[in-house]
Amino acid sequence: MDTDLSSQDRKDLDKFIKFFALKTVQVIVQARLGEKICTRSSSSPTGSDWFNLAIKDIPEVTHEAKKALAGQLPAVGRSMCVEISLKTSEGDSMELEIWCLEMNEKCDKEIKVSYTVYNRLSLLLKSLLAITRVTPAYRLSRKQGHEYVILYRIYFGEVQLSGLGEGFQTVRVGTVGTPVGTITLSCAYRINLAFMSTRQFERTPPIMGIIIDHFVDRPYPSSSPMHPCNYRAGEDNAAVYPSVEDSQEVCTTSFSTSPPSQLSSSRLSYQPAALGVGSADMGYPVLFAGGLNAAHPHQVLLIGPGKEGGVPPVPNQPAHGTQADQERMCTPLDGVYYSAATPSSSEDTETVSNSSEGKCGSPHDLLETIFIRKVGAFVNKPINQVTMANLDIPFAMFAPKNVELEDNDPMVNPPESPETESPLQGSLHSEGSSGSSTGNTHDDFVMIDFKPAFSKDDILPMDLGTFYREFQNPPQLSSLSIDIGAQSMAEDLDSLPEKLAVHEKNVKEFDAFVETLQ
Amino acid sequence: MVGTGRRCCGPSGATPAMNCRAEVLEVSVEGRQVEEAMLAVLHTILLHRSTGKFHYKKEGTYSIGTVGTQDVDCDFIDFAYVRVSSEELDRALRKAVGEFKDALRGSGSDGMGQISLEFYQKKKSRWPFSDECIPWELWTIKVNVVNLANEQERQICREKVGEKLCEKIINIVEVMNRHEYLPKMPTQSEVDNVFDTSLKDVQPYLYKISYQITDSLGTSVTTTMRRLIKDTLAL
Repeated sequence: MDTDLSSQDRKDLDKFIKFFALKTVQVIVQARLGEKICTRSSSSPTGSDWFNLAIKDIPEVTHEAKKALAGQLPAVGRSMCVEISLKTSEGDSMELEIWCLEMNEKCDKEIKVSYTVYNRLSLLLKSLLAITRVTPAYRLSRKQGHEYVILYRIYFGEVQLSGLGEGFQTVRVGTVGTPVGTITLSCAYRINLAFMSTRQFERTPPIMGIIIDHFVDRPYPSSSPMHPCNYRAGEDNAAVYPSVEDSQEVCTTSFSTSPPSQLSSSRLSYQPAALGVGSADMGYPVLFAGGLNAAHPHQVLLIGPGKEGGVPPVPNQPAHGTQADQERMCTPLDGVYYSAATPSSSEDTETVSNSSEGKCGSPHDLLETIFIRKVGAFVNKPINQVTMANLDIPFAMFAPKNVELEDNDPMVNPPESPETESPLQGSLHSEGSSGSSTGNTHDDFVMIDFKPAFSKDDILPMDLGTFYREFQNPPQLSSLSIDIGAQSMAEDLDSLPEKLAVHEKNVKEFDAFVETLQ
Repeated sequence: MVGTGRRCCGPSGATPAMNCRAEVLEVSVEGRQVEEAMLAVLHTILLHRSTGKFHYKKEGTYSIGTVGTQDVDCDFIDFAYVRVSSEELDRALRKAVGEFKDALRGSGSDGMGQISLEFYQKKKSRWPFSDECIPWELWTIKVNVVNLANEQERQICREKVGEKLCEKIINIVEVMNRHEYLPKMPTQSEVDNVFDTSLKDVQPYLYKISYQITDSLGTSVTTTMRRLIKDTLAL
């Protein structure tokens, strides 16, 4: 019953739950991006850090979450679920985890909303941060790249655990009682991929076990699309989501040590998220590019598919042409989303910047490679290609891409920007970053297979394969060429008598030297 | 050897207060994994037991700063954890864990010991009595150091210890989630009795770390108190 709850408390509680749900999604998706997260502590409250935790907001993820919630809040029978799945370069996919934010009927009337509930929600988010690193999918997501990618999907309604296979395990992150119900956060995860976590993912279908083909039957109430859990960084902004601060409500965390009645409520300047719809309607691919923008470091470059209807207020089309140049450049993600770690944690900084590897995509698969529904298991047929990879052969996306990729490969044609950061990773991970889709959707998943084994990308901007290619045909040594060799031989022979004469003169010196050696 | 400085209370952990909850975790690790395993557990606990800095305003209200977090990868264990983004806190923990590791290695022990993290509240007493420390939560991590013969065993140990630590993190989160006793939020004058306000970016609850090494006879030979709060030396 809400009669005991004042209207202000009720409003606050609803707001807390809403932002808790959004932050939960952010934490989960960011934990599956495949890179280390680092945010800075700040002793002075900024007013936009909900629950006193520095959790960055990826606009696209917020947008997807809001879309899934559609203005509702988790309630009994209506849970918010984040599904994490894995998709290989061959198109096989498998659900790994389902994170559920549920509400049950057990109410705690006595609890203070604006103080205790808020702090407990904050504690629950910290627990979520810890638990997301502990499930098997974390290690898989850290290794995602050219073999497979990790995708996320948000839906609202009934929890669907059937895709996790038999014997899945559940871990409860925590619960928070509120006057309107108890919030529960838990994760159900597949366990029969434990063997995958310790070695590189192998492309042998039998090992994967039963793979549920999402793309044919989607029993879920909302056919929300899958999204990749990683970024692509670009340089310029074609489509821009409003910056983080604009698009979310501001919260003040102001607490009182005196009774709650004196608590000053948060000043809210709610600005409805004026997010460009971008690829929202289509759903994908939600390629995400964080670029360094002079105006605001948090702006995001959205590279979405060409929209069919509902033109977004952002110029998608004109940007496509230039994206070929832009997409090569992968700016370090830490410059965009995450504050640099403090100097003493240098290893983290380095890792964060290094971890932008793999998140840049080669340009052409960015866009709009629309796949039809799978016909038969795991078959992807591109029907429409807007980009330069417009070949008429079937499975064009999987055809050898050497021609286009060579042109766009930043290693072969070095980009102009000095901020290039391991752009080769970009081309290698193109399939990764773009993989997203469901049902009738886009799967711009590209296989690139010219990456040699064991090459490391994170220190030198050039990898073994490129090095090998470039230096495969060195010029011949001059001393080995016959003409020059012959000439020098003749000269040597001519000068021999003179040399012998000189040596004979200095015989005594040589003898003395030899004596010293004995 | 008891720590220097103003004595705050009796030996910690010997006689816990009535409502001090105690949790015990056990791990078996290889020598070089001790440091990372301990840091992972301690940081996870402190993540949950730290808030942003309090800023008191008039009328008894206060606002709370923001706590940042960062991922840490372990080198000797297949494991990663999240810690609070505070270099001071990290340094303090590393110092304590380093001493523990050295003690484990150095003494005549057969590699068994335990490290304790205790959260306490200070209760001011009148002169001449010194302040009382009342623990309200005590975490004990028992460590057993194993020696491995070859590289293959080490590789298995990497994975196994990683899995074990995952279980420990889940255990810790479970305890945290029980929402049992936490000190009341203090007024400005009382804040130093509840929180460690000496760090510049975060504010953990008052805590102290101590350790014990067990010798081969099973008795504890060393009890070391280390105060990790700034007001240790009141001399």
